[in-house]
This record gives sequence, structure tokens and C-alpha cells, in this order.
Amino acid sequence: MRAVPHLMLEPAFDPSGTSRDAIGLGASASQGLDVRHGTLLTLEDINVSFDGFRALRDLTLYIGVGELRCIIGPNGAGKTTLMDVITGKTRPDSGKAYFGETYDLQRMSEVEIAQAGIGRKFQKPTVFEALSVFENLELAQKADKSVWASLRAKLSGEQKDRIEEVLATIRLRDSRNRPAGLLSHGQKQFLEIGMLLVQEPQLLLLDEPVAGMTDAETEFTAELFKSLAGQHSLMVVEHDMGFVGSIADHVSVLHQGHVLAEGSLEEVQANEQVIEVYLGR
Amino acid sequence: MNQPLTVTAAQKAGPKLTAGIVVAALVALLILPLLHLLPETSALHLSAYSLTLTGKILCYAIVALALDLVWGYAGLLSLGHGLFFALGGYAMGMYLMREAAGDGLPAFMTFLSWNELPWYWAGTQHFLWALCLVVLAPGLLAFVFGFFAFRSRIKGVYFSIMTQALTFAGMLLFFRNETGFGGNNGFTNFRSILGFSITAPGTRAALFLAIVLLLAASLALGFALARSKFGRVLTALRDAENRLMFCGYDPRGYKLFVWTLSAVLCGLAGALFVPLVGIVNPSEMSPTNSIEAAVWVALGGRGTLLGPLLGAGVVNGAKSWFTVAFPEYWLFFLGALFIVVTLYLPRGILGLIKREKAQ
Repeated sequence: MRAVPHLMLEPAFDPSGTSRDAIGLGASASQGLDVRHGTLLTLEDINVSFDGFRALRDLTLYIGVGELRCIIGPNGAGKTTLMDVITGKTRPDSGKAYFGETYDLQRMSEVEIAQAGIGRKFQKPTVFEALSVFENLELAQKADKSVWASLRAKLSGEQKDRIEEVLATIRLRDSRNRPAGLLSHGQKQFLEIGMLLVQEPQLLLLDEPVAGMTDAETEFTAELFKSLAGQHSLMVVEHDMGFVGSIADHVSVLHQGHVLAEGSLEEVQANEQVIEVYLGR
Repeated sequence: MNQPLTVTAAQKAGPKLTAGIVVAALVALLILPLLHLLPETSALHLSAYSLTLTGKILCYAIVALALDLVWGYAGLLSLGHGLFFALGGYAMGMYLMREAAGDGLPAFMTFLSWNELPWYWAGTQHFLWALCLVVLAPGLLAFVFGFFAFRSRIKGVYFSIMTQALTFAGMLLFFRNETGFGGNNGFTNFRSILGFSITAPGTRAALFLAIVLLLAASLALGFALARSKFGRVLTALRDAENRLMFCGYDPRGYKLFVWTLSAVLCGLAGALFVPLVGIVNPSEMSPTNSIEAAVWVALGGRGTLLGPLLGAGVVNGAKSWFTVAFPEYWLFFLGALFIVVTLYLPRGILGLIKREKAQ
């Protein structure tokens, strides 16, 4: 595991990547994805309103390649709407949303966005309950996901190895044949994270990943995320300040659909406005 | 290791036993038509009534299996599968009517004093074209309906209601004499199929054999699908469609494929049903028929493939006995059955058997 990172404003990109190979992610970043300027996700002046309620207003946010970004903010600040916009579930009324330099997220369907390399973990852990843990990972694994391919699909040795590896990473090796519906809440969280890992997205969106986890699990998740950054970009929405402090290089504070402040956790915690709307309450 | 739960559970319950029962049942079904061919004086002779009744139930079993593929696996409850069954039956019926009419027009058209065949009857004197229609009519309808329904993300009870409305609309359409399918009388008085008399024991036995083979093929196809990654994607689709989309799967294609396949299976079953029982009319499309099919699946056990076959057999067997023994009470019995299944057997008969085994 790498040392606790210094808090810094630039994307935390470690070009050597050696220290992040702990779970064998290897070089998966940016196939066919143009990230010339080091920015993986570009959101500019995004506006979303529901029946007159402005969920996001002129939101501007950049996520760099290999960055681990935490999004915090009070309830109703627009964190989940932000994820919906990125994954194509909600269409913004105006603004620019690009993945890499070339993918215009507003012109893509949810499925196309997922295939382009954006993975999402829901707030409530969502796994395929009737399928076994192994099968959950098999379905999520990066592969041709068309109907014809699925009819003929057979797992290659390489794919099996990869699933085994992830099973070990998320500590569910012994539960591989159990139906996912029988897992504990924390285990489901890990399974969903594992599903994201085998999907090999360039950008992982994680909505409250440690909710319902024990302290030990939370600590382990923090280590896992830190090891993922660099190879992948992560955007984590979280309420648990302790968790945010243990992983984040860079924090954005959302308030009423707008980015109120950005910087290291210490910086935003010192920000007067932030204290007023959120932390000081 | 990578099979859906249902298959895994069946394996734990004794894969050899299950396979043994299935093979034994198939062999028994293959012997039945031979018994029918025995001379009537023989003690082992099987009457035409029994053979036809069994064949009929087997056709329903294929419908139940097809419905299980879309309901048990993909979570799409169709209350309109009777429509696809009837369309297959009507396509075959067109051929049988032409065969019976020879060079003339089918009898019901003469009664309407029509002078020529409607355009869509073209080519139906050829058995092969009729076979194509058997697949195309339900297949295309299901494809077009599914394309728009799944594109608009219609699911759950809304989807069920739409399929119910579809079969009701089909029934009203076919009731009209102007539609050109014999109105409320439908097609009957068939004489021959491929030149063989339709009432000859040999023809009946051959039709029965064809039904058994279709059933076996459908079952094999169902198991192959359930064990493939495709089957697991369907299960995932049923339980968490959103998650599946964020995994990069497009649910529309998966739903459309299994939906159309299911409709075609129903059409094929209908096509074999009609020459065996000798009649097809719009009542096959009545909403209650399609709902009954859902009862078969629920009673047998959703998502188990074998369960629905059992369900179709039990309900229809009971029906033929009840309607003779207590004609007035059959519908009460059917209603009670549905209530019992819903309240006490959420996983159907097969689920009950598995639970007994597990204990």
C-alpha cells in the first residue's frame, strides 16, 4: 500500500503505477479515450431543474485522470443528480458534459455511457440477488455485452482468473456460490464494488460506498480506493467525514446544486462559506 | 458452478433423478401414439379421445414453457400468449382449409358469397408457406409489439395489461367475418394434411409424435438458454434492470429476443394443436385463456422450466376430470387453485418439492 497521500490540488497521478498493482488492475486506463489534457470528465455550466426546482445550477467540475475526488454536501445539494447527469439517467437542461475530449455524454444513452467506461455504484447496494456472487461478477465483467455474444459466451481462463482475483480483493472468495441476496449489507457493498472492478471503467462513481459498513470494512475500503486511484479516476459521494479525510486528495463541496468550494479537506473545512452552510451546523 | 439458482437447485435435488424422470416421461409419451395404432380390440389400445386430450395438454405445456421463459426468467408477465398460440393455429388452419376446399374457396367464404381469396391467403395451399406463416405471424407481431413496448420501457403491470388488451383486440378482429378467417366459427371440418386423412389413426399418431418432439426441443432450448450467460442476464434483468444497464447491457435487445422466441414457440404449439383437435376459433384468443396459461406457470413454479410443464398437466388434467364430474364447479376450483398458489405456494409445486427435499 502506498503512503497516505499529501493533500494536493492536482490530480494524483502516479505514472509509474507500480504501487497500485496490488490487485492486478494493470494498465486499463484510456483505451480509445482521448484524455490529452489530463482531464477525464468535464462538466461545465450544467443546469438541471425538476418542475421549477433547480437541482443543479451552473455546476462546473473537472475530474483529472487518476484522480480520487470526494463530493460532499448537505442533503439536497444535488449529489445524486450530479451522478445521474454523468451516467445519462438525467439530461441537463443546458451545459457541457464530456468524457475525455470526445465523448459528449448528452448524446449518449445510459448503456453507451457505461460501455464507454463510466461505472456507477448506487447508494443502496444493488446486486443481482438471485445470482451467485461469482455470476454477479461474471455478468459485470468487461466483455462484448450484445445478445449474440451472451448466447455463446464462455468464460476464458483469463477471465476466470480475473474474477478469482477480484473475489479475493473484496474478500468474498468463500461466498462465491452463495446467492448474492443472502449476503450481509456490507458484503453487498463490496460485491458491487467488485462488479465495478471487473467492469474496468476509467471513471468510477461511488454513491455512499461505506454506508452500513463496519469500521474495519470502512478502513479496508479506504485502502482499496487509494490503491485504485491512479489507474482509475474515482468520484466518491460520502457523508462520513472520517472516511473522506482518509482517502481524499481533493474535495468538492456542493451546495444547492452549485460547487461552493474545492480544495483539500482541510482547506474546505476552513472555508467560511462552507462552515456556514454545512460543516458548522 | 455458473448456473442460475433454479438449475443449481435442481442439480442439488438430484440431477440424475430429475433427468431420469424427464427421459422416462418422454419415452412414455413416445409410446402412447403406438398404443393408438393397435387394433381397437386390443386391451392396450388407446382411444382417439385420450390421445387427442393428451396431445392438447402437451401443446398447452409448450405454451407454459414459452411463458415461463419470458415471465420466470425475464420477469415479463404476458397475459396475451393465447394470441400467439392462436395465430400459429390460424396459419396452419389456412392450409388445412385450402386442402379441404381443393380448387374452390373455403366453405365459409362461399357462404359469404366471396368470389376470390383475400390477398393474405395467397400461397396458403402450400404446406411450406403455411409453416413459414406459423413462425412469421406470431414472430413478427411479437417483434413489433416488443420493439415499441421495450423501447418505451413499459414493464410490470402495464406491460401485462397491454398484452391482455392485444389479445382481446385480436379476438374482436377475428370475430368479424370481414377479416376473412371464418368469423366466430373459425376454421373446422378439416379433411387432410399433406394428403393424409386428418382422422386416420396414423395421422393422429404422427401429429402427436411431432408435438412430443417439439416439447422436447423446447425444453432442451430452454435449458440451454437458462444455462447460458444469456439466461443469467435475463435473471439479472428481472431483478435489477438499472444495475444491468450500468453494467453496459442494453435490456431492450435481450427482452426482444426472448419475447419473440417465446411467441414463436407458442405459434408452433398452436400449429400442431389445430390439426389434432380439428378446430380453431377466436375463443383461443380470449383473455381468460392467456390468464389460465399464467396460472399453469405459477402453479408449477416460475423460472424452473419443468414446473410449468407440470402445472399445465395438473391444471388441464384436473379440468378434464372436473368438467365431467362436477361441470358447474370447475371455475370455482380454478379460482381456488390460484388463490392457494398465490398464498401458500409462491414458488409453485416444484418449489414445494424442492423444499421437502431440502428438509
